[in-house]
Amino acid sequence: MRWLALILCLWMTPALAVEPDEVLADPVLEQRARDISKGLRCLVCRNEHIDASDADLARDLRLLVRERLVAGDSDGEVVAYIVDRYGEYVLLNPPAQGSTLILWLAGPAMLLLAGGGAAVYLRKRRPEAAQAGLSEAEKAELERIINS
Amino acid sequence: MIAELGHFTLILALMVAIVQTVVPLIGAQKGWTGWMAAAEPAAKVQALLIAFSFGALTYAFVTSDFSLRLVVLNSHTLKPMLYKVSGVWGNHEGSLLLWCLILAVFGACAAWFGGNLPATLRARVLAVQGAIGVAFLAFLLLTSNPFLRLEVPPFDGQDLNPLLQDPGLAFHPPFLYLGYVGLSMTFSFAIAALIEGRVDAAWGRWVRPWTLAAWVFLTVGIALGSWWAYYELGWGGFWFWDPVENASFMPWLISAALLHSAIVVEKREALKSWTVLLAILAFGFSLIGTFIVRSGVLTSVHAFANDPERGVYILLILALFMGGALTLFAARATALEAKGVFSTVSRETALVANNVLLTVACFVVFVGTLWPLIAELFFDRKLSVGAPFFNAAFSPFMVALAAILPLGALMPWKRARMGRVMRPLWGALALSLALGALVWTMQTGGRFLAPVGLVLALWIVLGVLAELWTRAGRGDAASRARRLLHLPRADWGKSVAHGGFAITIFGICAMTAWQTEDIRVVQVGETFQVAGYDVTLSDVQEGRGPNYFTTMGVIDLERAGRSIRLTPEKRVYPVARMPTTEAAIHNGVWRDLYVVIGDPQDGGGWTVRTFVKPFANWIWAGCIIMALGGCLSLSDRRHRVAAGARKTRSAVPAE
Repeated sequence: MRWLALILCLWMTPALAVEPDEVLADPVLEQRARDISKGLRCLVCRNEHIDASDADLARDLRLLVRERLVAGDSDGEVVAYIVDRYGEYVLLNPPAQGSTLILWLAGPAMLLLAGGGAAVYLRKRRPEAAQAGLSEAEKAELERIINS
Repeated sequence: MIAELGHFTLILALMVAIVQTVVPLIGAQKGWTGWMAAAEPAAKVQALLIAFSFGALTYAFVTSDFSLRLVVLNSHTLKPMLYKVSGVWGNHEGSLLLWCLILAVFGACAAWFGGNLPATLRARVLAVQGAIGVAFLAFLLLTSNPFLRLEVPPFDGQDLNPLLQDPGLAFHPPFLYLGYVGLSMTFSFAIAALIEGRVDAAWGRWVRPWTLAAWVFLTVGIALGSWWAYYELGWGGFWFWDPVENASFMPWLISAALLHSAIVVEKREALKSWTVLLAILAFGFSLIGTFIVRSGVLTSVHAFANDPERGVYILLILALFMGGALTLFAARATALEAKGVFSTVSRETALVANNVLLTVACFVVFVGTLWPLIAELFFDRKLSVGAPFFNAAFSPFMVALAAILPLGALMPWKRARMGRVMRPLWGALALSLALGALVWTMQTGGRFLAPVGLVLALWIVLGVLAELWTRAGRGDAASRARRLLHLPRADWGKSVAHGGFAITIFGICAMTAWQTEDIRVVQVGETFQVAGYDVTLSDVQEGRGPNYFTTMGVIDLERAGRSIRLTPEKRVYPVARMPTTEAAIHNGVWRDLYVVIGDPQDGGGWTVRTFVKPFANWIWAGCIIMALGGCLSLSDRRHRVAAGARKTRSAVPAE
């Protein structure tokens, strides 16, 4: 459960996510930092982004993000900088390249497949389709009934 | 002594479950009435035995019997009574016992209320239910026995995780389990129908109440969990796309799909094999959820490897039941020939679209949840799949679902004409688009999320109203009102549940897009401004509760002469050696004020976080309304009176 991870995180430092001393004076830069932080994973927690995490490592990462932003990096450069050092694992939003393309395309592909299947089914259930034609035996039977 | 009795009745229950599985199955096959009749008393006795066992464990927790290993690990004499009781299911062994209890109680309910089912179907349903019971009782007794004693009992226990000592979370697992296990009933019905080779309108009618009940419980359980996260975790997040959350969300999506496709089976005798497949998958996802939560496989592959016993056992149960069920399905599905025909524009088609969207959405969640595991196993990449992925990949399906909902709800069965369906809806469409555009231009910072949410929510709600208006027919106000009041409860349930869905969508979008956040260091007595509120940290007090120490901030918020006092806390639970934050929240219809007190600072003063979260409560209010809609539909007399109507039914009802 979620709290198992939380025990770990909370136990390490009872501080809470973004601390006032981290916040940048420039609100635009700070907003960019927050948006970037929400896509980066706290490596010692479970499925928590660094913006909400209480762990020391998350704080280090938040400070690093802000340092790079102040140094004039673009958002993409900041993320690339972090990924270089901490690996792909740090990204909560896996980039759609290589084998991860499968992940991103799985949904749309399944939708096409399911939609196609549904379309075939719906065609079969149309009144015209369902009533289309009698078999030879049925025609003969009908003939017999009408003529008799 | 009582613990041993509980242990003993649990073993007895396993024996009874074996009888409940084997005897009625043979009886139904051979047509022996006596053997078939064994199912009912067996189901009832099994439920009673497990209930006794559960009672024994609860007794051990209430009396703090520290000779039981489980009680030592999860309880403490100083704990409040509510949490001593909820401690029973706040751990692996106890929660599995609860799982078995609910499973058996559902079986007993089928025995009690299933009086008008055909004898063979009832026997088979109960037998399948018994088989699931056998698997889980054996799992409980072999790998996670809650009644193990300690040779040298300690003086006191090790306490329950403080985060779990909370009313929201005390009742979250039982509701979730009621939902998970409720889906076992639909599974049993599906398997029984496959064995019989017969699925008809009556079968659809019998399955619907169970699905509805399970879905209602899941809705409430998920809402409770998300509400707990909102006020307990200290920053007001309410959904994290955590594997454990996804584990409960996937059965919800599938059961929502099943709910809708079972209607097509009941009214139109189409979509039969698809509905049976959904019933199997719904329980399959419940089992997968149990596997994810109980094995810890997704936290880390290594955690799983360290203690693989439990995970492997659940995987075996999953493989056995899903493998068996799907094989049976493959062999028999062709026998379930559909009868009803309908044109491409019809309510049937709309419900097929609903099913496609819900199941594919569930598939996306499934793949996203398992992807880190797949990537590590097959591609040797260690990566994370988090909220940004799910938000991007999952949301479009919900948008599409919301967009087609009013159309589908207004379409007649068999054959619809787009022009007629849209006639009462043009106004709703125009009004919701206009209001969405208005909000988009008015809000500062052009985020698209809130207007889209508003348009979808209004479109659904106005669509529901338009539907009720057309159902009210013609004539004066009095006759319209009379007709409305006499609509079947199931129809009201549908309208209410759809309205709740809209409210939840709007709440999520509005709160995410419009919340204000403020973090700063505040001296005692200092005042600052957040979103039009004057916020004052009036005092900070130290104190102690029954089993914790607390630091409590007294914060006054004032706006337009109206003052609100909030007292956020930081608690330390000495036994578990764990701090928690207790946010103070002022709930309102239009906004929540959410205040958290943090650490004392070196230069004096305290960290204070203030959030203003507009429409936060609408998220959970929507869930509750959805659940209420489900209950309304469940109370429809058709589910009770006409339940045995397989033989007497002469024609397909028009509505």
